[in-house]
Amino acid sequence: MNARAAQPAASSSANVGIVIVSHSPLVAKGAADMVRQMVGDCVPLAWTGGNAEGGLGTHVAGISAAIEAAWSEAGVAVFVDLGGAETNSEMAVERLGPARAARVAICNAPLVEGAVVAAAEASGGSSLAKVVATAEELSP
Amino acid sequence: MQLDAADLAALIGLCRAEIDRHGEHLSALDSAIGDGDHGANMRRGLEAVFAERDAIAALPLPAALERIGLVLVMNIGGAAGPLYGTLLMELGRGLGSAATPDEFAATLEHAIAAVARRGRSGPGDKTLLDVLYPVQAEVVRRSAPGRIAACARSAAHSTGAMQARRGRASFLGPRSIGHEDPGASSCALLTAAICGYLEEHRPS
Repeated sequence: MNARAAQPAASSSANVGIVIVSHSPLVAKGAADMVRQMVGDCVPLAWTGGNAEGGLGTHVAGISAAIEAAWSEAGVAVFVDLGGAETNSEMAVERLGPARAARVAICNAPLVEGAVVAAAEASGGSSLAKVVATAEELSP
Repeated sequence: MQLDAADLAALIGLCRAEIDRHGEHLSALDSAIGDGDHGANMRRGLEAVFAERDAIAALPLPAALERIGLVLVMNIGGAAGPLYGTLLMELGRGLGSAATPDEFAATLEHAIAAVARRGRSGPGDKTLLDVLYPVQAEVVRRSAPGRIAACARSAAHSTGAMQARRGRASFLGPRSIGHEDPGASSCALLTAAICGYLEEHRPS
C-alpha cells in the first residue's frame, strides 16, 4: 500500500483538496503528516509515493487513487517532487476527463513547503486558483 | 502498414524479448546518469503488454496501439511511462484503420510532437526524442526497415556526446556527457526489433 487518503474527507469537501506525490512513500507520508499537523482535518488530503512494486518511483494508478481520495468539488492541488512525478501526474489528471481535469492543478512549488502553505490557504475556504497562487509564490 | 493479429502478437513478443534481453544494460546506462531503474521499468511495462497480447492483437491496429500505450503508462512508471505511453496512444488516436504510408508518417510526426510536449523537451536534450526525430525523418523518406533500424541505433549512440537538459540526468550537467541516454537506447532497441520483423515479413 503506497497511496492513501490521510484522513476521511467527507465533512470537508467544500475546501480545496491537497495531493502529495513523491518518488518516496516516506517523503510523501512525512509531508502529509506536516500538512495534517498544520491544518487538522479541514482539508481533504492524500499522498502517494513509490512505484507499483513499492520501490522508489511514481505511477499513474497511485496518483489517480490519491486524487480520488482527496477529491473536492472546489478542486485539488497536486504537489510533486521530480520530473517523473510531474509527467505521471499529468497523465493521471488527463485520465479524469476534461470536466474534472479542469479542477485539478499541478503546482510549480516545493513539495513540503508548497503543500503546507497551500493547505493553510485551502483551510480558509480559498478557491483553487488562490491556493495554487499562494503555493507558487514560493518558487522563484 | 497492414498488420494482422498474428503480426501484432509477434511484434509484442519480439519487443518484450528485446527489452528483457537488454534490461540489465538499460539499467546500467540509467545508473550512470539517472536512478538506475529504466531496465526494470521497461521490463515491467512490456511484460504487462505481453500478458494482454492476445486481446490486444485482436483489436484493429489503432485501438491496439492506444491500448498498448495505456498499458505502458500504467505499468512502466518513472519518466518513461508517460513518454512511451503518449507516443503509442497518440499514434493509435491519429491512425485511420487503413492508413497510407504518408498518413502514417504524418501521424507519427504528431505523436512525436506530443511526446516532446509531455516531456517539455526538444532535439539535443539527450532523450528518446533524439532517436524518434531521425527515425521519423527516415519514415518520411520511406526508407527500408533495415535503414531505419540502423538510423535508430546510430541516433541512440549519438546521445552519448550530448549534455542532458531534461530529467534526473540534467542535474549532472556536463557529467552527463559520455553516457548514452537509457531512454534513447530502449527506443532504438524497440525500433530495431520492429524494423527487423517488418524487413523479414513484409519485403517491399
